[in-house]
Amino acid sequence: MKVLVPIKRVIDFNVKVRVKSDNSNVDLANVKMAINPFCEIAVEEAIRLKEAGIATEVIAVSIGTKACQEQLRTALALGADRAIQIQTDLELDSINIAKLLQKVVEEEQPKLVILGKQAIDSDNNQTGQMLAALTNMPQGTFASIVKVDGDKVNVTREVDGGLQTVALSLPAIVTTDLRLNEPRYASLPNIMKAKRKPLDVKNAEDFGIDLTPRTKTLKVTPPAERKAGIIVESIDELVEKLKNEAKVIS
Amino acid sequence: MSILVFAEHDNNSLKADTLKTVAAAQAIGGDIHILVAGSNCQSVAEAAAKINGVSKVLVADNAVYEHQLAENVSLLVTELAGDYEHILATALTTGKNFMPRVAALLDVTQISDIIGVESSDTFIRPIYAGNAIATVQSLDSKKVITVRTTGFDAVVTDGSAEVVALDTVTDAGNSSHVSDELTVSERPELGAASVIISGGRGMQNGDNFKLLDGIADKLGAAIGASRAAVDAGFVPNDMQVGQTGKIVAPDLYIAVGISGAIQHLAGMKDSKVIVAINKDPEAPIFQVADYGIVADLFDALPELESKL
Ligand SMILES: Cc1cc2nc3c(=O)[nH]c(=O)nc-3n(C[C@H](O)[C@H](O)[C@H](O)COP(=O)(O)OP(=O)(O)OC[C@H]3O[C@@H](n4cnc5c(N)ncnc54)[C@H](O)[C@@H]3O)c2cc1C
Ligand SMILES: Nc1ncnc2c1ncn2[C@@H]1O[C@H](COP(=O)(O)O)[C@@H](O)[C@H]1O
Repeated sequence: MKVLVPIKRVIDFNVKVRVKSDNSNVDLANVKMAINPFCEIAVEEAIRLKEAGIATEVIAVSIGTKACQEQLRTALALGADRAIQIQTDLELDSINIAKLLQKVVEEEQPKLVILGKQAIDSDNNQTGQMLAALTNMPQGTFASIVKVDGDKVNVTREVDGGLQTVALSLPAIVTTDLRLNEPRYASLPNIMKAKRKPLDVKNAEDFGIDLTPRTKTLKVTPPAERKAGIIVESIDELVEKLKNEAKVIS
Repeated sequence: MSILVFAEHDNNSLKADTLKTVAAAQAIGGDIHILVAGSNCQSVAEAAAKINGVSKVLVADNAVYEHQLAENVSLLVTELAGDYEHILATALTTGKNFMPRVAALLDVTQISDIIGVESSDTFIRPIYAGNAIATVQSLDSKKVITVRTTGFDAVVTDGSAEVVALDTVTDAGNSSHVSDELTVSERPELGAASVIISGGRGMQNGDNFKLLDGIADKLGAAIGASRAAVDAGFVPNDMQVGQTGKIVAPDLYIAVGISGAIQHLAGMKDSKVIVAINKDPEAPIFQVADYGIVADLFDALPELESKL
């Protein structure tokens, strides 16, 4: 079976972004970019399914500027077989990302689509679920275990109270949580090999989808700063401050 | 203008988070209805009817909604959507799971995790792990929104809304529930606790989390953890606080053996008072802590417990 893995190019998770002084957006100039950590986990899961003889082909797809080819090459170096870049310079809303992905699903007919649960820039946590609705597929979101079993997949999900396991008929959508797996590093020979793997470029405008924005960002501001605290010298002092100054314990 | 709020519950009791989501609905303004979708969930419907400011409780009581599978619940909500301009759910794992499906079925985008309401179409939400706050205007005709509960104060429960039973049954038939493995704890839930004490990798193992128990007992606190502690298998996943775990804002948050990575801070930096116990004076957690103590946690915790 084919596995499709949508990946997003985002700010590296170690970087603390700053808001631009004109409050129009965050400043991404010269910031280190990377594959969204949850997408990396999605790629890893797909590759493991291939190694286990369950998946036959792993296809990575990314929607964005030409720069996202860098992340697609990373996915190829990790073991994806081929990649598709859907070129757009627009910042698309999730519904429009999901609609483009729906077209890719229609064309490629994967049995499983594995996405990250959340992009760490927008923190939206919605694209996978939207794609599932548009393609009329069941979904296993926030997955920590994925077990393909014939024409079904069992997904153990991280939910508020603990874990929940659901059984989904294939084709299905899975979104990854952090404990699903630990992604490998790409080896140098695989990075070299990835340069020769196929990477198709398509134009977002050619999919016949109305990509009109659904949201308008009016401003982006820095979060409220916490005022500097103090270092206390002893537990006695800490307890005294919590009782009498902060008044949060009695 | 009407607003539909999805009730968070476990078929027995209404989660207090719903009261905060209703507060967000009130901030938007309009006639507020609540949807209780579940199985044998009459007690939840009764509790929902008492929420202040709610005029109607819709109850879809059917086995297909027992586990609130996203496939089935999203079809139900989409069927009801015609009557509403805003549809709200709490940004917890249930709402996060099914709401984007509703949005897609209605051909709108979702506004996730709002912490504030500017007007009926403009909302405030954190992005980049809370390192930036965006003011976003929705251009869609219907607004599908998830609400981060730390942004709103619970409404009171002295109301008496009309309860209406729905006979709609939406079964997508492509998913089923297999099993739950829920953590049982006597302690308050992370989202509901006014005091939280969390342990990180510095705790070294799961056994050492017992050092937090005595303090939690004395303070009536919930116990949380960093992702590193969860990843290392010290504690279960539902204890994770952070950008991709639970978002909390208690009156008092005590971080023990936690370095203070961006992703952890994203989940707790709106707490009223933050205490950090860490042996590394350079740990970034001290930059957000109101009271920091540079100490070995294995000395500090027993002493703190004895002095409370
Ligand atoms: C996509 C993504 C999402 C993430 N989401 C989350 C999230 O939601 N929540 C989260 O927490 N993390 C999250 N992380 C992980 C995050 O980046 C950090 O790795 C994690 O928070 C570190 O946990 P920690 O502070 O317990 O461990 P460490 O960073 O290893 O810190 C341990 C601390 O313990 C102190 N210490 C050690 N021994 C002692 C002692 N005896 N006494 C006192 N202090 C001691 C050390 O000085 C150190 O500061 C995420 C990461 C990624 C990539
Ligand atoms: N531009 C994009 N290109 C490809 N996949 C994307 C894109 N945006 C989001 N996704 C996928 O959707 C997941 C969730 O993103 P989000 O809903 O934006 O938080 C990501 O982890 C990706 O798998």
